[in-house]
Formats: sequence, structure tokens, C-alpha cells
Amino acid sequence: MSADTPAIEVHDLVKTYAGITAVNKVSFTVAKGEILGFLGPNGAGKSTTMRILTGYLPATSGQVNVCGLSVATHADEVKKFIGYMPENNPLPEDMRVSEYLHYRGRLKGLSRGKLSIRLDEVLELCDLKRVRHRIIGKLSKGFRQRVGIAEVILAEPPVIIMDEPTIGLDPHQILIVRDLIASLRGRMTVIISSHILPEIEMTCDRVLIINQGRVVSQGTPADLRREVFGHSRYELEIAGDTAAALPGALTKIEPTIHIAETGEPDSAGFRKLCLTTVRDDDLGEVLLRTLAADDRFRLRSLNRMHPSLEDVFLAATKRGWEAVDEPAATTVR
Amino acid sequence: MKHFFIILSHEIRMLLVSASTYIAAVLFLGVMGFIFAGVLESYSKAAQETSPSTVFFQLFWLPVFFMVPLLTMKCISEERRMGTLETLLTAPVTTAEVVLGKYFAAYFLYLLLWGSTGGFFYILYRFAGDMRFLDFGPLMGGYLFIAVSGLFFVALGVFASSLSRNQAVAGILSFTLLFALIIGLNYVGTLEMMNLDSMKPARAVVDYARTFRHLDDFSHGVVDTRQVLFYLSGTALALIFSILGVEAKRLHS
Repeated sequence: MSADTPAIEVHDLVKTYAGITAVNKVSFTVAKGEILGFLGPNGAGKSTTMRILTGYLPATSGQVNVCGLSVATHADEVKKFIGYMPENNPLPEDMRVSEYLHYRGRLKGLSRGKLSIRLDEVLELCDLKRVRHRIIGKLSKGFRQRVGIAEVILAEPPVIIMDEPTIGLDPHQILIVRDLIASLRGRMTVIISSHILPEIEMTCDRVLIINQGRVVSQGTPADLRREVFGHSRYELEIAGDTAAALPGALTKIEPTIHIAETGEPDSAGFRKLCLTTVRDDDLGEVLLRTLAADDRFRLRSLNRMHPSLEDVFLAATKRGWEAVDEPAATTVR
Repeated sequence: MKHFFIILSHEIRMLLVSASTYIAAVLFLGVMGFIFAGVLESYSKAAQETSPSTVFFQLFWLPVFFMVPLLTMKCISEERRMGTLETLLTAPVTTAEVVLGKYFAAYFLYLLLWGSTGGFFYILYRFAGDMRFLDFGPLMGGYLFIAVSGLFFVALGVFASSLSRNQAVAGILSFTLLFALIIGLNYVGTLEMMNLDSMKPARAVVDYARTFRHLDDFSHGVVDTRQVLFYLSGTALALIFSILGVEAKRLHS
């Protein structure tokens, strides 16, 4: 494959199970060395998409290429390019860590000599040296997860797919796993799925939000914020004639500013307002000075908001629901 | 094919280090020893026409009914239940390699267990010191029969295991299949209805497939290629269905 072939290309992927559409026309590409985060509520089609990428499940229609080869026609070659960790990280209970990794390495086509060197490297990298002779079934969840990751990177595949690698770990273990994934950046293409949004935000170069089997949003975390909320958001608590006079006053400061949400007034007459604008630079000072000088309003607080990926996720999946539900509602009638 | 040997050696290793194998082996040898002692006791009371080994192998179905399901019931259903089948099949191996590797590992253990009953005959020879008890022909024929029929029996067990994620269901299914094959066909062969002229083709089929008849022939030193072919084709069919079973469950999972 040539240097500029994307590691993964997915085009119009559709998967239906007995009449239920799990994945509906999903298209995306992942460049080499990129870390892509897969976000979505339960049942959104994340695991199904990942299984199709690995060749474990066949697609109903659409095209999936891994390293330039079609998964449908070259399943055996594609399997060699992929390290895959399924959901819940299934491991045999009755094997020792080093035994299991040795067996998997042999299955993945590593020769004995190369494997023993690589095994030491991987155990070191995943901090498993202490438990290499322990039985997997008796390890704690954090260690089991690291055994799963060690297995995935063992044969140094160009593409790594992990389904919820940090599920059920404590914050300290999440940190270790996150560093481990980040250390693969540039060398391997990684796709991870997760519910834990800060996770994805910190490790991933790009995020793909998927809901009801459709891609509802994709881009870097910063892009997503902009796409979903406009460029900048300000929250202010203000009393006075907000409905009539405020929009005019705001337009004088900056033409693109508008009120996105208006809250109910509290006992002191202050309401919370949300302003959005396409201006990227900070308008806080101008807003504060102008509104405070204007005697029609009383300003209590002003705050520039930094929406977390969580907000983006909630907004994007909500948008997805509406987009998906509307046509369905009309066809029922 | 390289992966087949990796899986085979892995499976045999896992069988040999697991405690349940040894428990099963002890119980198996206990039951077989009990049967063998019973056979010898009847010989000590009165002279018999057939040699002890013939009578011993006549009871082959008893251990087959519980050993084969026990050996094979977990081979695929356990992996499916644990989810490790997914990691196994997303490694660069084919379903056929996985099924064949597991099948031959189970068959190896089956032969090993039966092979260990050879010790009974050695003890008999050592202490009776009389070669008359140890009719070499029927003995070899009996073991040959066990080896050839075992191919099919173990394949049926693997097939049952490929159909369910529940080990108990797989075990019962495999027992039922074996029972239908060994006792069921024998019973059908003795039905009065089978003597009707119109049932002649059916009777030929049943006669051809009767396991006890095969055992008789093998014990008498008659190795009929048709019978060997019956077991080999049955084995191939059961294994092909196992592979299809695993594939079908994967495609519809």
C-alpha cells in the first residue's frame, strides 16, 4: 500500500439484523497514525461498526477498506493488519499471562525467537512484568485490561481497534491505559470507543459521534464544539428589561451576537441568559463594560463558557434523535 | 495449516493442565476397571467361549456415553460463552483451523484414556501368566474399533458443542446424538416392522450403520472398508456441520 492510503476507509456502511438497522450509511476515513474516538449512546452501532471493520461480521452493504484492502474480499489478509479488543475484553480464565500472550503471538504469526523478545517489550510497556506468571482469572480488572491491550499491540499491527478499553477501571488505571494509548500515537492507527468523554477528549485526535446507526458529527473536539454551539458562548445573569432592550444593545456591541437561551427570573429578578457569537476573540470585557454602564440593566455575572465534550455529545445525539425520529413519525401515519 | 498445529498443541496443553481432565480420567479408569474386574470374575466361575477382551469391548458404549460429552461439551460452547471465540476468530485463523484443532485435541485425549485401559490387560497377563486369556486378535481389533469409531463419536460431540453456548445443553445434545446412533439404530434394527418386505431398503441401511455389528466384525479381525468409510464420512460430515454451525452463529450474532 502506498504511503498516502488512509488506514481505514468506510463508505456507506449498512448493517441490518433481522429488519433492524444497526448501522445506517456510515462513512468515515481514518488517516495513518491517527487516534479516532468513537462516541455514542448504548446501542448506537459502535460495536457493530467495529466488528465489521475487523471482518468478524459481514456488512449488509457498503465498502470497508483497511490499509487499502477490502475487508469483504481479503478478510484473511486484513486480519493480520488489525489488533482487536472486543467489548468487555474476554480472556481465558485458566491461563497464565505469559502463556496467553505467547499463544496469541504464535497465532498472529510471530516466530518463536521474535516472540520472546517482543513479549518482554510488551510486558514492560504495559507494566505486567510482576504478574506474568499469574493466572489471568485471578487478576484484578485493571491488570486484565492491560493484558488485553498487551495482546492487541503484541504483533505490532498497523491498525488497532479497541471497544471500550477503559470501562470499569478506576481513575488511576484509566490514566495508565490512556498514557498507553497515547504512546501509540503516530506509530499505529487507533480506534477506541468509550462513554467516558474526557477520556476521548484527552487521547483522541478526532471524534466521531454516532447515534441510531448514523454519524451525527465528526471532527476534532474543538471543531465539534464550534459546529454544535457556534463559536463562543457567554453566560450572564442579568436583571431588567431583557426581552425588549437587550438584543438591540447586544447588536451594537457585535452584530453576530444573539441570545440562545433565556432562563426564568429568580427571586431577585435575575435571569440566566446564554449568548452565542461567531467571534473567536474574547468579548467579555466589552460586554461587561457596556452592559454595566447601561442603566436599563443590572448585571450580576458574566462568564465565557467552555462547553465540554459531554455537552457536545448530548447536543449532537439529541440532534440525531430528532433527525432520525421525524421521518419515522411521518411514515407511521 | 500452521495455525492448526498451534491451536492443537495449545488445546492439548490446556487439557493436560486442567484438573477436570484428571478427575474424568480417574473416574473413567475406575468404571472401566470395575467392568474389567466383573468380566474376570465371571471367567473365574465358569469357562466361557469368548475371550475377556471381546466381552470387555462389548461394553464400549457405557464410557462413550459419558466420556465423549464430558470431553467435548466445553470445547466451543465455553469459548462462545466467555466471548473468547471473537478474539480467536479475529486473529488470522480460519474457522476450520479452530474447529479441527479442538476436535483433534479432544480425540487425542479420548485415545489416551482408552489407551490407558491397556494396562488392565497387561496386569492380567502379568499375574495370570497365561496367554490364553489374552487373545491378541480380538484385543487389537477392539482397540482399532475404538480408534475408528471414536473419530465419529468425538466429532458428534464437537458438533453439539458448536450449537449451544450452554455447556449442559451441548452435553445433553451430544449424549442424545450418541444414544440415537449406538442404541437407537440397534433397537430399530430389531423391530418386527423391519422384517416386512417393503422395509427392505431401510433394513439394509440400518444394518449397515449398526455399531455393535461393526464391533463384532472388528473383534473377529474383519476390517471392512465400508465400515471404516461409514465412520470417516460421518466424521467429515459432523465436522463440516460444526464449522458451518460456528460460522452461522457468527454471521447472525
